[in-house]
Amino acid sequence: MAQVADALTAETIRIAGHGGDQVPAYLAQPLGEGSFGGVVVIHHAPGWDRWSKEVTRRFAASGYLAICPNLHFREGGDAGPDDSAAAVRAAGGVPDKRLVGDVDAAARQLRSLATSNGKVGVIGYCSGGRQAFLAACSLPLDAAVDCYGAGVTGVVPPQAPFRFEPIIGLAPQLSCPLLGLFGAEDRFPSPEHVAELEAELNRLGKTHEFHSYEGAGHAFFCVDRSSYRVEAALDGWARIDEWFGRYLNG
Amino acid sequence: MCTYQTETVAIEGSGKGFPAWFPVTAATVCYDHPQHASAEHTLNLDFLNPARGPSARVAVELSAESARALAEAILASLPAG
Repeated sequence: MAQVADALTAETIRIAGHGGDQVPAYLAQPLGEGSFGGVVVIHHAPGWDRWSKEVTRRFAASGYLAICPNLHFREGGDAGPDDSAAAVRAAGGVPDKRLVGDVDAAARQLRSLATSNGKVGVIGYCSGGRQAFLAACSLPLDAAVDCYGAGVTGVVPPQAPFRFEPIIGLAPQLSCPLLGLFGAEDRFPSPEHVAELEAELNRLGKTHEFHSYEGAGHAFFCVDRSSYRVEAALDGWARIDEWFGRYLNG
Repeated sequence: MCTYQTETVAIEGSGKGFPAWFPVTAATVCYDHPQHASAEHTLNLDFLNPARGPSARVAVELSAESARALAEAILASLPAG
């Protein structure tokens, strides 16, 4: 882990995302001298909410430049995160191409900061877990973390649970080491979905590390939801700190 | 919240949100992760007026058992059509 920052700033800025759209993004950064790695936080399906911003500040407090773009602002506008998330859900989710453009803009924003060491990782939760994998296969990044992202692998059944297609075919383009954190009781992604992803990364010789937690289902990191599982979350955070410390510092 | 398997129905009626009643023109239904309810999955039902923006929404998140009971009650309450 990088140095711990007691002093930090956090604010909402605008970045030129996909299509040149001025995307709101929550930026948190340690104060003072230093050369810091960067983390793009991809928020979960419930939206650009308080918890997502808390996570972003947590990375700044751990010594990283951190940014969380609002992936739902185009459908949601000034509405709250729950209404915005409902609008995105009704629209079928965030388009993959748009996601990549917005994450690219967020990563560039971090690298442009005077205190950046030039390295940027990505982490995503829930739908953001799949999107973290998508970004890591589409952009030059230094580390990635997929927290229980569904829809990376699996077969789309007739009663399609996803409108988006699995993206395991992008795995050869994975640009950086991938940490995966999953709940053993999750159904999306199921243990079988996770095993399929791990087998493909093994086959391709891609650097990765997966952990699945017994007694945990989906969204076990979310402290404000009944899905929160403290043991899984604490171990998961330790794995994340170690992963980003290994690949984003220096 | 992450399956995005949503049914959308055009409807006609009114819903009460904040701060007042408004006409509802669409409803979305999905069985997915809730925003607020304490369950991994709930039947999420939104009554919407998209023309008035995403906040023109009356939302409920119900257990599967509750949703089935509600659906039966609705059908039982309607006059034969």
